[in-house]
Amino acid sequence: MASGVKPRVKVPKKAAAGDVIVIKTLISHKMESGQRKDKEGNLIPRSIINRFTCDFNGQSVMDATFESAISTNPYVQFEATVPEAGEFKFTWYDDDGSVYEESKKVAIG
Amino acid sequence: MKFKAMTAIAALLLSAPAAMADEEAELVVNGDLNLVTRTAAPAHLADSLDEVLSGWRFRSDETQALQLDDFDNPGMIFVDQAMDTWGTVDGEKGKSCASCHDDVETSMKGVRAVYPKWNDSAEEVRTIAMQVNDCRENGMGAEKWKYTGGKMAAMEALISLQSRGMPVDVAIDGPAEVMWEEGKELYYTRTGQLDLSCANCHEDNYGNLIRADHLSQGHINGFPAYRLKNAKLNTVHARFKGCVRDTRAETYKPGSAEFVALELYVASRGNGLSVEGPSVRN
Repeated sequence: MASGVKPRVKVPKKAAAGDVIVIKTLISHKMESGQRKDKEGNLIPRSIINRFTCDFNGQSVMDATFESAISTNPYVQFEATVPEAGEFKFTWYDDDGSVYEESKKVAIG
Repeated sequence: MKFKAMTAIAALLLSAPAAMADEEAELVVNGDLNLVTRTAAPAHLADSLDEVLSGWRFRSDETQALQLDDFDNPGMIFVDQAMDTWGTVDGEKGKSCASCHDDVETSMKGVRAVYPKWNDSAEEVRTIAMQVNDCRENGMGAEKWKYTGGKMAAMEALISLQSRGMPVDVAIDGPAEVMWEEGKELYYTRTGQLDLSCANCHEDNYGNLIRADHLSQGHINGFPAYRLKNAKLNTVHARFKGCVRDTRAETYKPGSAEFVALELYVASRGNGLSVEGPSVRN
């Protein structure tokens, strides 16, 4: 079970219709790769965020699979076109089954 | 005529800084907080430096950019962690930081700018880390944190953030003067098999390359600093230890009187620069 996990997202509050905006996301997570060993030589089990998705008004914007080489506190930045006012939904899926969610509204104006 | 033009060009080439990224770049955080990264040297440095430059100015464009937006600054993750610690009860007296100091944004404002600082009741110069551990031990009845450990670095980052943008203004006279002189002595004393003092690199050779990296003037206004090389916050004393080790000397211990004196002196060299912590360095 990963501890201290906290998702963060930065999305402009306003955009003109059709604008391309920059979205920054970060989730604090230790991203244990599953390849390290502890002091006794036992493998430390993998514990990472394995999938990240972003939806806008129910439509998929991005859907990424993370593998074990992704660094601690994964930061993802991408661009999206905003056709109308609505809400971005971000979801991170943890190896331990936890799902972390965050959402941001964008207004047109 | 032609010869003159050539010399002019040569002079230009020679005077171009060997190092840094964009000379004119300014450090503006989140688009609205201007930080002073270049200013006139404090009076006590009159013989050695004209102006003091923040370590930020010696970093590449990409590294500099990480400090322009708090979302991009990886040090802020640790600030969030320390914020949680601030309100968490620890130790046998059932207190948290907030029990005495209330809101960190008001109670810790300006603190980072004036430390290390003479403490009247303890009759010694204290760093923020010493003060934090005094609080933990005597105020909370909790275990002390490791001087250069992750929890301490994060708490220092949280405290530094409340003074970000304020000029470093460490007092070097009065009761602190003796220790300041000791720190100055250490700064100019060569150590190790390589026989190097702090000044050999950070005063005589700043801007020049040390292996693949540019030497800064060694100011500590940006500490605790998030270093890309180890992906965590680094404290001043951990950096001192690394530097002294690099001269191939036995180092002083983090938290030792020697390093506290050195911190006081080095901090005073950066008087006038903005508090930047947590900064991003490579």
